[in-house]
This record gives sequence, C-alpha cells and structure tokens, in this order.
Amino acid sequence: MFLINCPFCGERDQSEFSSGGEAHIVRPKQPTELSDDEWAEYLFMRKNIKGIQFERWNHVHGCRKWFNVVRDTSNDKILSVYKMGEKPPVNYK
Amino acid sequence: MPNYRIHKTEYIDETKRVSFKYDGKTYFGYEGDTLASALLANGIHLVGRSFKYHRPRGIVSCGAEEPNAICQIGSKKDLTEPNVRATELELYEGLEASSQNCWPNVKFDIGGINNFISPLIPAGFYYKTFMWPKSFWKKVYEPLIRLSAGLGKSPTEPDPDIYDHKYVHYDVLVIGGGVSGIIAAKMAAKNNLKTLLVDDKKILGGSTIYQNNESIKIDDKLSSKWLKNEIQEIKKLSNLTIKTRTSIAAYHGYNFLLAKENLTDHLPEEKKKNKIRQRLWKIRAKKVVIATGSIERPLVFNNNDRPGILLSNSINKYLDYYGVTCGENIILFTNNDSAYETSISLHKKGIKNIIVDLRKSASSELIKQAESLGIKIYFNHVVTNTFGYRKINSLEIMKLSEDGNTTVGNKIRLSCDCLGMSGGWTPMVHMHTQSGGKLDFRDEDQVFLPKENSEDQISVGSCNGDFDLENIIDKTVNKINKFLDIDNQDYQDTNIICSKENDKRNIWLLPNKIPLGKTKCFIDFQNDSTAKDIKLALKEGFRSIEHVKRYTTTGMATDQGKLSNMHALGIIADTAGVKMGTLGTTTFRPPFTPLTFGTLVGRNVGKFFEVVRKTSMHEWHLENNAEFENVGQWKRPWYYPKNGENMHDAVQRESKAARDSAGILDASTLGKIDIQGTDASEFLNRVYTNAWSKLAIGKCRYGLMLNEDGMVYDDGVTTRISENHYLMTTTTGGAANVLSKLEDYLQTEWPELDVYLTSVTDHYSTASICGPNSKKILNKLFPNLDLSDENFPHMSFKEDKLKNINCRIMRISFTGELSYEINIESKYGHSLWKMCIEAGKEFNLTPYGTETMHLLRAEKGFIIVGQDTDGTMTPSDLQMDWIVSKKKYDFIGKRSLYRSDTIREDRKQLVGLLTDDPKEILEEGAQIVSDVKSKPIDMLGHVTSSYFSPNLNKSIALAVVRSGKTMKGQKLIIPMENKNINVTVSDTIFLDKENKRLNA
Repeated sequence: MFLINCPFCGERDQSEFSSGGEAHIVRPKQPTELSDDEWAEYLFMRKNIKGIQFERWNHVHGCRKWFNVVRDTSNDKILSVYKMGEKPPVNYK
Repeated sequence: MPNYRIHKTEYIDETKRVSFKYDGKTYFGYEGDTLASALLANGIHLVGRSFKYHRPRGIVSCGAEEPNAICQIGSKKDLTEPNVRATELELYEGLEASSQNCWPNVKFDIGGINNFISPLIPAGFYYKTFMWPKSFWKKVYEPLIRLSAGLGKSPTEPDPDIYDHKYVHYDVLVIGGGVSGIIAAKMAAKNNLKTLLVDDKKILGGSTIYQNNESIKIDDKLSSKWLKNEIQEIKKLSNLTIKTRTSIAAYHGYNFLLAKENLTDHLPEEKKKNKIRQRLWKIRAKKVVIATGSIERPLVFNNNDRPGILLSNSINKYLDYYGVTCGENIILFTNNDSAYETSISLHKKGIKNIIVDLRKSASSELIKQAESLGIKIYFNHVVTNTFGYRKINSLEIMKLSEDGNTTVGNKIRLSCDCLGMSGGWTPMVHMHTQSGGKLDFRDEDQVFLPKENSEDQISVGSCNGDFDLENIIDKTVNKINKFLDIDNQDYQDTNIICSKENDKRNIWLLPNKIPLGKTKCFIDFQNDSTAKDIKLALKEGFRSIEHVKRYTTTGMATDQGKLSNMHALGIIADTAGVKMGTLGTTTFRPPFTPLTFGTLVGRNVGKFFEVVRKTSMHEWHLENNAEFENVGQWKRPWYYPKNGENMHDAVQRESKAARDSAGILDASTLGKIDIQGTDASEFLNRVYTNAWSKLAIGKCRYGLMLNEDGMVYDDGVTTRISENHYLMTTTTGGAANVLSKLEDYLQTEWPELDVYLTSVTDHYSTASICGPNSKKILNKLFPNLDLSDENFPHMSFKEDKLKNINCRIMRISFTGELSYEINIESKYGHSLWKMCIEAGKEFNLTPYGTETMHLLRAEKGFIIVGQDTDGTMTPSDLQMDWIVSKKKYDFIGKRSLYRSDTIREDRKQLVGLLTDDPKEILEEGAQIVSDVKSKPIDMLGHVTSSYFSPNLNKSIALAVVRSGKTMKGQKLIIPMENKNINVTVSDTIFLDKENKRLNA
C-alpha cells in the first residue's frame, strides 16, 4: 500500500486516492480536425511502461485535487509528486 | 496410559493440569503445552491421514511449518475451525480437537486403500483420467472429486467472535523475537527509536531460549540464561512495544505490514466470552528488521513419512521446552551438526539414541562431545527404508558410495520408536521476498539468502543464513548499527563460545537400491507429492518450477510448502542437470500462515458491512410498509404493498394511480451537483451533448453526458438558477463518478474555466408529484404560486416558501405526466413529504417506488442509463440523435460519434418490443433471435427493460437489437427454456407520443 505525498495535504495512505492513468496526455484542442487514427491515438493508446512512468492521481477521499506522480512501476517507488500544470521533473526521462 | 513427560521445565506448569479431548477421548496436559506437545506426552504420534494416499501421518515439527498435525477444533456449527496446526495451538481446559481427512477414524481409514493403488494415481492423475467419456464429468467425476476434496469442515453458521483492526506507526519494526530480533529491538529502542517487536510464540527467545548445551555459551553463561537476562532488560525499555502471539501475515510495499495478534485462542471457552479474539495490526514502519529465523529441512528417503518421524530440532524442543520425549529409542539422521545438540540433550535425559550421519566425517567440538558421551555414530551412512504402519518401529541403513550417488555394502536393520531428521536449515526469506527483495543462492549449504532490498528493511540472524551463534550476534550488531545509523557498543565485549560448525553434505534425493518407481520418498507431506512425481513431471516436459509445482501440487497445501519447496527445487535441478540457483523459486505470497476471514474483515460485519444511505423520508417509508431496493448505497422504496399485495399487484396499482390521478416518489437520492462560476454555461456546453448557452434563467433542460469514447455515461436535468448558477442532477448510482469526472476535466483539461462544483445530494430532499391532479396538490401546498402554464411551463423552475421554508420547485417529468419536483433542505424533507401526502389525500395521491417509476418511464420510452445502456451505446444507438448538437464545435465524446465503429449501421440499437400475446411478459436479459433453427443461432440482442403496463393493458419491453432502427414491424423470437416467444419490433414510445399529458 503506497504512501502518497499529496502536494496539498501531505503524506496519506493510498486508500484515500484513486489513480487516473498516464499523465500528460493532452486532450486535442480541435478533435474534429483529427483522422480516426489520430483520435484513436489520443483515446486508446497508453504506454504502460515497466519502469519510470508519469501518472495522474486524485486525492478523491481528501482534497479532491488531481496531481501528477512519477512512479517506477517495476518497484512501485514514487520518485516525485507535482501539481497539475507544472512541468514534469526533467531528471526522469 | 503411557507418559512421555520425563522431566520438569520452567515452561510447563505442572501444578495446572489441563484436560482436553482428542478424537472424542479425554487426555491431560499442562498449562504451557501445545496440543502437539500434550499429544506426544500421551504417546500419540498418529494425528491424521495424508491427502491423496491416506497414509497414517504423525506430528513432524513444532511450529508454523507443520504439514501433518492439522486438526478440526471444536464441534459447534458456528465456532468450529478446520486446519489448525496442533503445533501452534496452545492447550486450554476443555479444548476439543479431532483429526481430519480420515473416515471412519484415523486408525482405520477406508481411504487408506489409495496407498495400495498408488502406482495407479501418479502426478497429474486427475488431468489424465477424468477426460473421457465427456458425459461422465458432470454426473460421475465431479461429484466424486468434490467428495474427497478439501480438508476439514467449515463452520455452517455465522462466526459469533469479535475481531478488531488497529493502525499503528513505528520507527522500527522487528519481526521475530529470537536472539537477533531481541538484540535488534534493544539497539533500536535504546537509541530512542519507537520500536515494535513481534513474535508468533507465547514467549520471546526463539530456539535459544531452551538451549542448554554447556558448549554453547555467551559471556560464560548458558546461551538461554544470557538471553533471559536480555529479555528482562528489553522489557524495561519505555519506547519498545512487545507483541507476542503475533505473526506477520503480509509485507506490502512502503513498509506496510499486516500482523495477526491472537488474543483468546489459548483461553478456555468461558474466558473467551465477549473478548476480542484476534486483532489485525496494520503497521507502517519507517524501517523493518526481519529476524524470522530458519526452518529445519527434512530428508528425502523411502517411507520418510511414518508417524514417529520428526524433525530433529523439534524433538529437541519437545524435550527441553515441554519436557516430553518423542520416543525411548531414538535414531537421528542428519547431514549437519545440529542433530548432535538433540542427541546430547536426549542422552543427558537418559534417552538412548544413535546418529546416522551422511557426512564422511566431522570434527566440531559438538561432535567430539557426542563421541565422548559414547553416542554411537554411523558416518557416511544413509537411511534407505523405514518400517511400521501406524508408527515407525525400525529402519534400514546402508553405507554411501564415495560420490554419494549410490549405496554400497549390506543393509543394517536398526530398531527404533522415533526417527529425527535434519537436512540442514532453510532461512525464512518469506518476508524479504514479499517486500519485493531478491534472493541469492549460496552453493556451499544450498540456501537462498536475501540479496537486494527494495524496501527500507534488513534481514538478520539465521533468516540471513547465519546459523551459528557467534556469527548471528556479531553480524546482527554490525548490521543494525549500520542500518539504523547508530553506534551501539552494548555487545562489543560479548564473549561467545559456539561448538557448532556449518558443515553439511547436501543430497536432495537420497540414494537407494530400490528403483525410484517403487519407493515413496515424500517431498510434500500434506499434498502427498513424492520425488517420483517431480521426476515424472520433468519427464513429461515440464521445466518451469511454477509449472512443476502446479502439476504435482507440491507446496500448494495449507502449509504452502514450508518444508517441501526447497527439495522440489533441488530434485528438479539435479534431474535437469542445472545449477539450483538458476531455477529461481516459486513466489512467496501472503499470508505466511492462514488467516481467518474474521481477522480480515474485523468489525465490518453485519450492519457495519457497508454504509447505508437513507433519505430523510425513510421513516415514513418504513411506517408505510415499503419494500426497499438497494441503489448504490441508498435504500430506495421499491414498492408499497397494501393489504398483502404482491409486487406485481402493488406496482400495477401504483402505476395506474399515478396516471389516473396522482403519484408521489421520493427522488432525494438523485445526484445533485451545484455548479457556479462565470464559465458555468460554457462548462455545461462542453460536458453535455446539447447546447446550454441559451438556456434562460429559471429554465430546466435534459442533458446527455458521454464518455470521450462517445458512449452514454449519464443523464439528468439541469436547472439554471441564476446567470452563473446551475443545479445539475445525475443518476442515483452515477453521482460520485460524474462529480469526479467533471472535476477531472476542470482541473486538468480546462483549468482556465471559472467553475466550482459542489456535491449537494445530501443537502436537499426531493418529493416528486406527478399525474393529472398534481397541479391541484401543488396549489394546496403553494397557494401563492401561479401554476399556470404561462407562468410555470414544463421545464421551468420557481422558488417559493412552504411555512417560511424555501423550496425549489421544478416542473419536470420522468413519467410523461404533468409533474413537479419539490426540493427542500434535507432536515425538512420528512415534513415536506407528510404535507404532500396530507394535501394529496383527496386526490388519492399514491406513493410509488422505483419499480413503478421504471414502468412509467418505460411506457414513455425514457431510457435508464445503466439499464438500457451498458457503456457501449451511443446517443444514435438509443435513437436520441435529437439531443446531439450539430452546431457545437466540441463536447466530450463528440469526435468519437463518427469513428468508423460508431457509424456502423449494424450496431445494437434501442427498440421497443411488443409480444404477440399481450399478457406475456418478457424476461429482462433474454436473448433475441430471428431464426431458432440456424446453428449456431445468431444472437441479435437482448431485452433491457420489460413490464406489464396497466395503462395500456399489455406487455411492453425495450431491447437492444442489431440494426434495430430499421426493423420496425419485423417479427423476432425470444427463445426461452420451455418455449419461443414471438415479438414484434415497435417504436420505443408506447404511450402519449404527442406529449399531451405533460400539460394535462
């Protein structure tokens, strides 16, 4: 069970959070301009990395804020936590 | 009655005699005994039958690794418990236990015949045999297998015991209270770290606490005496918590561990009452010290499973801790030094014993001590067979060849009544691997050891492969100093004398002149898998250890292979000719030992099982005989039976009343989200399929919400309360998810929008009054409100006061009738409801539940998201193209509405169905076909909603059917078990297509 450092509330048990999948997938500004394939890329395709992954979490049973997490999926270590809209830390690529 | 209790120990209180029943017969033991030690004191070894061959089996060990001595405790229907290890169960007055897996009894068991036909039931027997004839499976094989499957009996009534959960946080958690655990805990606690020490036994001290060999000393004291002093000292430390009878069940990531504390299992029945039985500790520790010790290995030779054959070290514990000898003429069979401790201990108590040692020679101080006592030692010898059915009575040994691969010379037959085996030690790396740690293999003594840690943890003592006392203490002190970054000097001058050496001759499968096929060399005692089975699996092509395990069921019993996994690996490696370390191990999964369901659920049983949400009208519904339906966590009135009505009759009456005069529904459970902000209209434009910017203040609009994949997600009516203020309603079940989805878009995709969302579901109670007389009832409640169609038309909103309390009134309809929803602050909900009922009396205002609501809306063809949709329906599939804005540039899911898949014409689409026989009511979920004769039958769709409409006096149904939109008027068939029902595809709206009733 993870300990997640919510950027607004501090360290809390994983049971207070829900995961929102891969981060930094921006919703296309003009979906109607996209081909089926391009739209499918946004809609369905996820990296599902073994290793360092950027993902979204929601403190759903807390402050209800969404934020980003850098997690190594091979050992579940959370390496960094940052707010929505902030640039991902550059040292994990 | 024989008495094998031969001397007094400080752990057995001989002044407190305890009587207990085993297999119906009364015996006596003492306070301090386990069930196993008390049975052994009474000369009982035979405690069960093996799972497959029903061979007689005896107690093998003295701890959690026990494969054979598992028993059924108690006989009450609610309290009986199967698969309890007699070696761990503390004896108490009145304990009732019985053996398992035998019929009619353990001494004479019918299933024992399996032992003689065992050549016919090799590994994979079930897979190979019960394949044909196919028709035999259901009627013959499966019932037979079920009859013989499973161990013990489950209780048949609810568990009356109380269980508890507790969350704790510590700086350091130490698992295991043996020498190394005690040292680690002391060092941590003395350094001001908040420390928790847990041990599964009744007292601390591990195996050193009963050590009494004069040649193993610490600071010139017997090691047991030294350790007792240490325990006295740590008990004084204020920031150390010690929990005994507590075992770690699971080690999860981020140093989150679950421990089970046993609080009353050792108490007599009358003292257990009203006390918490077990507590689950949920522990977060900054650092974890694993000091779980090691388990002695058995040896694999022919007939190594007879009652009276135990692990050598267990014989030692029964003797020195419990004062019980396992026999009077004992043979110890070993490949290392530790059996010599047992031998010397037995010798000192006057128990005759001899040693058979696989090693060619050995010369540690301990062995010299044994030799000087005149104990007979057969070096370079191997046990090749044992004899005795219900208990061992003799065995054969032979000399080993130079390379150890075969036997040479003549058999020597030795009589005995007990055999101890010692195949060396297996470090308990379970906790380390559960935490995500990796393992290394040490060739010299063939053990897996902790390597990399992924958590902040460390292994010390024999679970780290340090087996002699000197090594254990020195290394533990050094490692703990480093691990905790401290400089503790307490043990710097500790002087340790240890006469034991870690010298071993490891042979996984011992050689024998008899061909393997004719031997019974057991690896897994509980699941009866033998060396032969493992070799057969390899011969049949299995290579991965995980596959061999499942094929032979090795390590899959309740003991999870604590004694057997290493031997299975060893034999696979030897047979396949690969290095053992390269094979890996099977996965060590939690729990370490079985947990009761009670411990896991704790207090969350009965009415605490799940949160129940009730509306403020709930009491009224109860008083008026409502039957309830669970919708999410909500209790909603389902229908209100009157004068013994059944559901059908009640729903027919309610539905008719609602259309003929007036009906009232408790709609408080619908999700309500308060939306405010200067961009609220723009936000609604983006989340709903239809346009919102032009909605006038005081007006309501129905909206359909999609997922980004274009599928219908939720629906509901939203009201514009003021310029920048909306009230959205959602489905009852979808409320939380909708809020969370909207928050997601607001926070992550459109942070520039000035919009605030607040869940107000619980803040307002809602009474929905519908029917031709609803306006008259409203008029009685709100005499000052102009209810004319001009002032208060359909889909609009007004505010008024009811006895000075503000109400929000929406004229909206889910039934197709003229209809009003009155919202009031929840604390007034009950009063509102009662006033409505009172006002409606003269109009036969009839309370109706969810079932009638469903029926009424189906008559009008209104969908219910989640009933008529299932996450694969687009608005077009629902024939609701009218609600999708063509003009809006974008909204959630828009682009998906013209993907190649969503524009397919043969998608399943919502249609109405009318049965040819108007009295025939279809079953929801029933399949729809057009031709019952084709093979395979082409499934076109299924029925989603079905009712008998009292207002139309016929059966109606909604369904999703492939290309349904084009099939109006077409005949289809619903094949049921006993008949085929003929139906005709119809419009989805069955009643009042012109919406005249809305303004009736």
